[in-house]
Amino acid sequence: MSRSYPPTYKKVINISMLTLTGLAALLVVSVLLFILGYLVWNGARSLNLNFFTKLPVPAGQEGGGMANAIVGSGKLLLLASAIGIPIGVLGGIYLAEFGKGPFSFAVRYTTDLLNGVPSIVIGIFVYSLIVLPQHHFSTFAGGVALGIMMIPIALRSTDEFLRAVPNTLREGGLALGASKAQTVLTIIIPAAMQGIVTGIMLNLARVAGETAPLLFTALGNQFWSPGWNGPSASLPVVIFNYAISPYEDWHRQAWAAGFVLLMGIFLTNIVARLLVSGRRSPARS
Amino acid sequence: MASTATTPPPSLVVKDAREKLSLFERLKKGDEATFLVTFASALSIIVVTCLLVQHLWIDSVLSRHAFGWKFLHTSTWDPVADQYGALPFIYGTVVTSFLALLLAVPVGIGAAIFLAELAPRRLSNVLTFMIELLAAVPSVIYGLLGIFVLLPILRDYVVPPLQKTLGFLPIFKGAFYGVSYFSAACVLAIMIVPFIVSISREVLLAVPQAQREAMMALGATKWDVTWKSVVPYAQRGMIGSVFLALARALGETMAVTMVIGNVPAIHASLLSPGYTIAAVIANEFTEATGDLYISALIELALVLFAVTMIINAIARLLLLGMKSQETTH
Repeated sequence: MSRSYPPTYKKVINISMLTLTGLAALLVVSVLLFILGYLVWNGARSLNLNFFTKLPVPAGQEGGGMANAIVGSGKLLLLASAIGIPIGVLGGIYLAEFGKGPFSFAVRYTTDLLNGVPSIVIGIFVYSLIVLPQHHFSTFAGGVALGIMMIPIALRSTDEFLRAVPNTLREGGLALGASKAQTVLTIIIPAAMQGIVTGIMLNLARVAGETAPLLFTALGNQFWSPGWNGPSASLPVVIFNYAISPYEDWHRQAWAAGFVLLMGIFLTNIVARLLVSGRRSPARS
Repeated sequence: MASTATTPPPSLVVKDAREKLSLFERLKKGDEATFLVTFASALSIIVVTCLLVQHLWIDSVLSRHAFGWKFLHTSTWDPVADQYGALPFIYGTVVTSFLALLLAVPVGIGAAIFLAELAPRRLSNVLTFMIELLAAVPSVIYGLLGIFVLLPILRDYVVPPLQKTLGFLPIFKGAFYGVSYFSAACVLAIMIVPFIVSISREVLLAVPQAQREAMMALGATKWDVTWKSVVPYAQRGMIGSVFLALARALGETMAVTMVIGNVPAIHASLLSPGYTIAAVIANEFTEATGDLYISALIELALVLFAVTMIINAIARLLLLGMKSQETTH
């Protein structure tokens, strides 16, 4: 019997466990490839020009598109950005440049809490905050719900990227006689701009697919929704409604919508990561 | 006033000038304004969170007063008779989430070990990026794939052999129609794996190299080094990642709603349809009539909120400990 170390059984365990970890990684990655492949295959087949230009048709009829849902999603994201980005970015600037002591600890902690709130609970909150007093569902309420979801991520990513700016830049600015505000606005923020923009793009990609907060706020709509006060269609909600419907043609359209949504989200993600390639990626969760 | 007409030393002149800045000059420098604007934004986070808690609390008052703690441990959910007990939903949420963890944790930890310890850095980065893309897939798309791809696969290839071999166990008894706790757990497992992988990998990468070298020098195999020396060091952070994933799973709505079957009853068999807290809110809230019904649904949201908050807080504490460990080395 050989007396060499490690003994054979250890070598066998070594090889088999290492192989298992490799298989686990392969399994996870292949799920992604499968999802991507399946959606491209099913979605691209179901996609045509009507999808982007026509309104939905009543159940049972062939054809129609989701022009209103695409525009609706765009409007919701616009409103969400108008709410979530300024508050999040400014709050992030506070934490990184001004904040210290128990208050900034409280802000950080609450931000993490808010980030962890299930999206359906945000939906209920905005329903109770806006829909109930107004007595109607609206694009506005949907945008607010998505906006609230954007705040914590925007805040944490801005905070993180500002902190990554070397302190010597701050000292340099102050040494030249600039005020704190001038230093932050003209030196620190431009230095972290790329990172902040990336954070915002990832943030948008995340809320673009949110469905649960829109169910009781923007609701859904078969038609165009002019202005901000009516219920509005959105891509994720339409996918949900079409997927659980019994109609073959609606399923086909759900695949097309899923394909469009996923491609938009993936492209945004890829572009955003390329922007900061080499740097640390911002906190996602 | 009698002036002594002595010029003060230059340093004092500067100090005086600073004190006597006019309001306009101070505004131009902008320190106070910037501070106030950013402070208000930071404060609004706290305000929004407090409002959220307040609204959930106040709007669920009817149901809280009508049922008290009974709400949490009775299982009648009858909108017609206005009787609401949340046990079937709590049961469904807990069962699907823990089953999902059972499926996701070994795979996620395994993949994280591979990416952090074995794979060459460049391959590891590419694979990690792909796995993080998986986290960006919206939950409604997981639901779509769940309905049209996963359910048929489970029905045709996974459940029949499972029932043939383990069918004597009560958790695998009964007819399988596709929608079930088990299907929901499978979808959830796929959704939470990316979180476990990416956070665990980061934690593993933060383990000091000396930790590996010391054991490697004693002649241990690569696996022994990883399992007995690197993983215990990173244990806390890895458990943190699992808690974070658990919080995700508990609050997950759309994908679960689409594959769980939406039946408000408690079944011992994992292959029968059920319901979760998030799913019942999503399905019934817009159609709910009657104040007590709506209030009961909002109380469900409150329960979900409280539970995910606690689990998130635990996860943050665990990960926080991890970070301070890093900095001390």
